[in-house]
Amino acid sequence: MIDIKNLKVNVEEKEIIRGLNLSVKPGELHVIMGPNGAGKSTLANVLSGKPGYDIIGGEVNYLGKDLLEMAPETRACEGLFLSFQYPIAIPGVNNMYFLKASVNAIQKYHNKPEMDAMDFLKMIRSKLKEVDLDEKFIKRPVNEGFSGGEKKRNEILQMITLKPRLSILDETDSGLDIDALKIVSQGINNFRNSERSFILITHYQRMLDYLEPDYIHVLIDGKIVKTGDKKLAQDLEDKGYSWVRESMGSN
Amino acid sequence: MSDDLKIIERITQEEYKYGFVTDIEQDTLPPGLDEDVIRKISSIKGEPQWLTDWRLKAFDHWKKMTEPDWAKVSYNKVDYQSISYYSAPKKKKELASLDEVDPQLLETYSKLGIPLEEQKMLSGVAVDAVFDSVSVATTFKEELSKAGVIFCSFSEAVRSYPNLVRKYLGSVVPYTDNYFAALNSAVFSDGSFCYIPKGVRSPMELSTYFRINASNTGQFERTLIIADESAYVSYLEGCTAPMRDENQLHAAVVELVALDNAEIKYSTVQNWYPGDKNGIGGIYNFVTKRAACRGNNSKISWTQVETGSAVTWKYPGVILQGDNSVGEFYSVALTNNFQQADTGTKMIHIGKNTNSTIISKGISAGKGQQTYRGLVKVLINADNARNYSQCDSILIGDKCGAHTFPYIDIKNKSAQIEHEATTSNIGEDQLFYCNQRGISTEDAISMIVNGFCKEVFNELPMEFAVEAQKLMEVSLEGSVG
Repeated sequence: MIDIKNLKVNVEEKEIIRGLNLSVKPGELHVIMGPNGAGKSTLANVLSGKPGYDIIGGEVNYLGKDLLEMAPETRACEGLFLSFQYPIAIPGVNNMYFLKASVNAIQKYHNKPEMDAMDFLKMIRSKLKEVDLDEKFIKRPVNEGFSGGEKKRNEILQMITLKPRLSILDETDSGLDIDALKIVSQGINNFRNSERSFILITHYQRMLDYLEPDYIHVLIDGKIVKTGDKKLAQDLEDKGYSWVRESMGSN
Repeated sequence: MSDDLKIIERITQEEYKYGFVTDIEQDTLPPGLDEDVIRKISSIKGEPQWLTDWRLKAFDHWKKMTEPDWAKVSYNKVDYQSISYYSAPKKKKELASLDEVDPQLLETYSKLGIPLEEQKMLSGVAVDAVFDSVSVATTFKEELSKAGVIFCSFSEAVRSYPNLVRKYLGSVVPYTDNYFAALNSAVFSDGSFCYIPKGVRSPMELSTYFRINASNTGQFERTLIIADESAYVSYLEGCTAPMRDENQLHAAVVELVALDNAEIKYSTVQNWYPGDKNGIGGIYNFVTKRAACRGNNSKISWTQVETGSAVTWKYPGVILQGDNSVGEFYSVALTNNFQQADTGTKMIHIGKNTNSTIISKGISAGKGQQTYRGLVKVLINADNARNYSQCDSILIGDKCGAHTFPYIDIKNKSAQIEHEATTSNIGEDQLFYCNQRGISTEDAISMIVNGFCKEVFNELPMEFAVEAQKLMEVSLEGSVG
């Protein structure tokens, strides 16, 4: 699905990602954990093509293509989805209109017919149920006045509607109460299949109570320093990142 | 500059597509302005003495006035002696019907998307076509007259309905009102007139399409609309001009009068040539528009989409004289490149239980500068007046500006006035969010801008709303920076 080799990224002359390697196969769910400032969100932003990052080394192969050469909208159309940590409000633009524009932009990219309003409404109604949102929700302006939980559920709604191949979930668990956490996790689980891959970025292991990750990676100072299974997340939760640093030192 | 900004810049620099010139023989008065010129205009039009006298009084008054400089716009002052005050296509003979209109004029309007041949027209819209100083055609006159609706050029109204004209001309905007209104009153050449009689709903939308063609001329048209008791009319106004390196002056006056229980809806899509991307050329649009809700329970709405002109100075207002009368102002103004606009409204509450709404949306891109200037005035006897004002601005790029000057003057304690204002940027984060969902930056900007303007576009008649949306897209081309 995606192969990241020796990726190096600077932000305003400062090295944030310093030679990161990661390979995700179809169907896998990888979790990236790490302390503040480790470069987690930078990685998510660079993969989705956000402007403002200097890529100074390495390569990223996505479905056989050079990801870093693609425009952000092309990456999206090629099935790369970012669930934003802080989804931004777009006042005046109706949530449904936005999502329909998004679906149709992707349809158009693949030379497929655009969806009309009726078909779209029918489809979106079933998706809304999956994330336990009311129909009124999609008539509100995009992310405007949404609670933290609504914003994250809206991201998941977009994900299950756009059906990406690779979903990067940037701290999707932050700001969620326990009920919302369950709904969001359920949404992800229902969406998982052998074709779809996930990179989940998080500080905490609590979301992992509901998900079945294949790998846990620890990102510190712009590098993946440790990889393990679900147990690693529990160890981190118990012992903190200093434990990883110490074990690195002792190595 | 980021890629997004480059795209914005490209989007907002689309060429003006109405910039052609029609090569037609015209009768044009030599440049200059004095009493003789005014007498000449009046005599060409075969006007009665009272109107000639009125023009001369206005001219006298104008000479004593100075050009206003309080607006937040800067431009090279107009040399009023160097422009021509009258220019009209040469007429071969009196026109009996539309079939006799010069084919070149028909072609001009059809190029502008306004076919004047009735069979080709959108049903339900009657058009008065004003070319430089004169009205060249009015469509659907017969059908309208069956309903008793009078819709004709101003010159024809002076000839055929002198009493109506005399009664209402200058009754909302007196010639003493301001510098440009005084000038217009002295030299106005043509425009549209409509009268909707008691109890009649106009069977179709009425519209005037203004076209400046001749160079080195000013356009000074006058529009007068009267809705008698319980009458209703929806009126649309459109305008374009050729691309020229010189600035041309357009100083119009529009007066609306609504009597008891009458309603007028006046929509404008202003697309005068805005000048090129370096700020060369373009129309100076110095316009006085005012409406009087003279009767009880009357209602007047102004809706304007202002995308053209180099400099705009315009404050369509409503005088709420009748009890329970309602005034509305919905505006979208876009300034790109070097365009400047100082625009807003005046709501004057005089009657009891009067209600006004102001929704103003300003979009600045490129190096555009935009000002909302609005006055809400409640007089001492205007019990229970209500006003709601909302002025939102959006900035695209970092070289443009938005300013808001709301004036509120309340003399009655029962008034309820609300004012809200916001300014926001189309941020790179918003654009990236859209990109990440597969939406291109161009589409994202037009989606965000249209979403921003939706409240106002909803007030436009359908065909106009679609037109306005397209116009916004074109006007924004090249603005992403």
